[in-house]
Amino acid sequence: MSFGKRLQIFIDLFFKKGGWKRVVGVGLRNTLLIAVAGLLIGIVIGTLIAIVRVMPKYKRLPRILNGICSVYVGFFRGTPIVVQLLIANFVLFPLMHVSIAPLTICIIIFGMNSGAYVSEIMRGGIQSVDAGQLEAGRAVGLPYWTAMLKIVIPQAVKNILPTLGNEFITLVKDTSVVSFIAAVDLSKCFTEIGNIRYEYFIPYFAMAIVYLVLVMLISLGVKMLERRLQRSERTH
Amino acid sequence: MKEPIKTHDMPEGVLLSVEGLEKSFGDTLVLKGLNLDVKVGEKIAIIGPSGCGKSTFLRCLNCMEDPTGGSIYFDGVDIADTRVDINVHREKIGMVFQQFNLFSNKTVLENIMLAPVYLQTKRLRKAKTRNFFLPVTNFFRRLARKEPQAKAPVTTTAEDIKREAREKAMELLEKIGLTDKADAYPSTLSGGQKQRIAIVRALAMEPTVMLFDEPTSALDPEMVGEVLDLIKKVADTGMTMLIVTHEMGFAREVADRVLFMYDGVIAEEGSPEEVFGNPQNPRTQQFLSCVL
Repeated sequence: MSFGKRLQIFIDLFFKKGGWKRVVGVGLRNTLLIAVAGLLIGIVIGTLIAIVRVMPKYKRLPRILNGICSVYVGFFRGTPIVVQLLIANFVLFPLMHVSIAPLTICIIIFGMNSGAYVSEIMRGGIQSVDAGQLEAGRAVGLPYWTAMLKIVIPQAVKNILPTLGNEFITLVKDTSVVSFIAAVDLSKCFTEIGNIRYEYFIPYFAMAIVYLVLVMLISLGVKMLERRLQRSERTH
Repeated sequence: MKEPIKTHDMPEGVLLSVEGLEKSFGDTLVLKGLNLDVKVGEKIAIIGPSGCGKSTFLRCLNCMEDPTGGSIYFDGVDIADTRVDINVHREKIGMVFQQFNLFSNKTVLENIMLAPVYLQTKRLRKAKTRNFFLPVTNFFRRLARKEPQAKAPVTTTAEDIKREAREKAMELLEKIGLTDKADAYPSTLSGGQKQRIAIVRALAMEPTVMLFDEPTSALDPEMVGEVLDLIKKVADTGMTMLIVTHEMGFAREVADRVLFMYDGVIAEEGSPEEVFGNPQNPRTQQFLSCVL
């Protein structure tokens, strides 16, 4: 089959028969939903884990929490995300006798997974903030957690924003595996288009371009956000 | 059964009482049993060669470093005990650091207001929550045949707290002539300005004692004067102060008492005239001959 014929089939399916509606309305939406919600959950979990990991360890509670966090991070960084999705969908939730939509499972697992990675990023960020900042906060009577959340974390976030942007990009790309548990994302939609005429050449090529553009847009956004945050410190 | 937290009846006029304070980092014993009574309104200068533990000593006083032995009595409670809620006591112990440590993500005004506003708002919220659940609490107290509790007085609102803190912060800034920097970020200020604001930030908590950890050591020479002037002003208000310093002239002028520390112990103490004019300990003599 000639390239022109293949292109003709794709254009026909994608534009005239309304394939783009599903790609944008379901595929792109789900991909971004999983990635954004995953990152937000990840930042919350990651921040908490990072704080536990940088906490002083001479009391029992922080030590126990630290142990739990190490196991958590070890598991989520030590197994592929496909395995985690499969286990959640076919082992964990059936065991608990709950049925959850695949999309929700994806959001939960991607959130927990990125939490493990974000925690390491955060830890680096927190440790890069001058120790005097925390000390000064404690010296005026703020409790450890308050000083962390109000003073250290905002500075840490500023330091690690580019890295967090990379984590988001990784998440967007990783969502392409959610069809393993029958969730519909961008790549699944393009596969569906291919399935109609058993013609995958152009759909997959188009899929790659869509991901590429998506990632480029995100990195542009991160760069702009970064510049904005720096500005707040420079003016006045 | 754990032993109770040690309390101590403070002698009249004594604010802070240190007994046998020890601190070790790993196997190195840095402070080897220090004793000190700080009277209300007293200005104490701590001098000594570097590495003798003066900064560590000062940092132990508000438990920035947890002491490994001995007791520190403040408000009649042993704050060296890790079971004591140190945050309550730290509000009353102001600290000024060598590296200023202004919160770099906050403006000058926010730096000064942050802790007072946060802590007072938290107390207000706690009182409100307690009052809200009081009928329930008292119901159970009556069941247990106990005296019902009275409502905690709520006399202020969150907005009032914020407004008052802002007014006070501006007032303090006016005293040091930096009102125009209220909305500036610390990174745009000079070292001297930063340190003066750090002092004001500590003062905004209305502490009963101030700790200065080499407040002028990180400053350019021309800025030392303005910071020392401010510390003198604070001293003139009758504030109790402990100052670790290398400014001997300043120590002589401001201090009521000078401690010379050497190798983790207080080697010599006395009035500035005694220590600077007629030092007894050979270590003190040697040190002073180097720096004076």
